[in-house]
Amino acid sequence: MTVVIAVMFTLVAAGAVVVVMTDDPARQAVTLSVFGVLLALLFLSVSAPDVALSQIGVGTAIVPLMVMLTVRKTRRRR
Amino acid sequence: MSRPVRLAMFGLAGGVTAVLLVLAAFALPGFGGSRHPYRDAAVPAAVRHATPNVISSINFDLRGLDTLGEETILLASVVGVVVLLRPAADERVREPRIGGRLLDGTRLFGYLFLPITTTIGLLTVAHGALTPGGGFQGGVVIGTGLHLLYVAGSYRALKRVRHLEVFEYGEALGAGAFACFGVATGLVSGAFLANVLPLGSFGDLFSSGSVLLLNCSVGIEVASGVMVLLAQFLAQDIEVEQAEGAKR
Repeated sequence: MTVVIAVMFTLVAAGAVVVVMTDDPARQAVTLSVFGVLLALLFLSVSAPDVALSQIGVGTAIVPLMVMLTVRKTRRRR
Repeated sequence: MSRPVRLAMFGLAGGVTAVLLVLAAFALPGFGGSRHPYRDAAVPAAVRHATPNVISSINFDLRGLDTLGEETILLASVVGVVVLLRPAADERVREPRIGGRLLDGTRLFGYLFLPITTTIGLLTVAHGALTPGGGFQGGVVIGTGLHLLYVAGSYRALKRVRHLEVFEYGEALGAGAFACFGVATGLVSGAFLANVLPLGSFGDLFSSGSVLLLNCSVGIEVASGVMVLLAQFLAQDIEVEQAEGAKR
C-alpha cells in the first residue's frame, strides 16, 4: 500500500507542475481536470473515499467547466 | 507601491510562511501510525448513533454545526454568482444561437448516461449514512449529471426541462431546512443539531436518525446550487451579449 501511496504522491506532484506550466487557460482547464482525477485517486489510496468523491465532482467537473465557459465568454468580448 | 517594495514584502511574507510550514511539518505525528485519538472517540460515537459511515456521522451529527457553516458558504457563493453574472446595463439577452454539429456517439453517450448518473447521485445522497458519499457528493453528481442533457441534446432541451425557479427555491429550502432543524433540536434537547430522531437499526437505509434527513437537505441544496450556478455561466456564454453601440 505504501508503494501505491508513494506513486500517487509523485503523480499528483507531477500533475500540479503540468497545470502550472500550461499557459493557455482553456488548455489549463483540461489539465486541471486530469489533475483532479489524480488527486481523487490519491485520496482513495489513503482511505478517504468521501473526499475523493467530492474532489471528482468539484475538481474534475464543475471548476474546469466554469473556467471553460468563462474563457469562451471573455475571448468573444475581446 | 513600487515593484521593489512589493517584491520585498512578498519575499518577507513568503519566507516567514515557508519557515513556519517546514517547522510545523516536522512537528506533525508520523505518517500512518497506530495512535489515533480522534478515531478512537469518533468511531464508537458513530456506532452508538447507528451510522456506519463515520465521516457522515462526523459531518452531520458530531460536528453538524461545521457543515451548516460550509453549506452557508456555498449558498453565499451561489447568490454572489447570480448577482455578479446577471446581464449588466450594457448587455442584452438574445435568442440562443443554435449551431454546430453533434456526433451521434456523443448523443448516445449523453442520453445513456443521463438516467444512470442521476440515479447514482440519488443513491449517493440516500445512502450517505451507510456508504462513502452523502448529500454534498450526491448533490454535485445530480447537478452536473442533468447537464448531460445539454451535452447530448441542446441548450433549448436543457432550458425546457430545467425550471430555474424550482432550483432557486430548492437551494433556499435545503439550506433553510438544515438551520431550522438545528434550532428545533436545540429547543427540544438543549443542544444545537443534536441527533434526537429514532436511530433505527445499524446498517438499515432508514437509520442513523438525523444524519439521513440532513443528508437529504444538503443533497437538495447542493444539486439546486450547482444547477443555478452553471445556469448563470451557460446563460452568460450563450445568451448574453454586448448591446450594440454600448460603450466598452
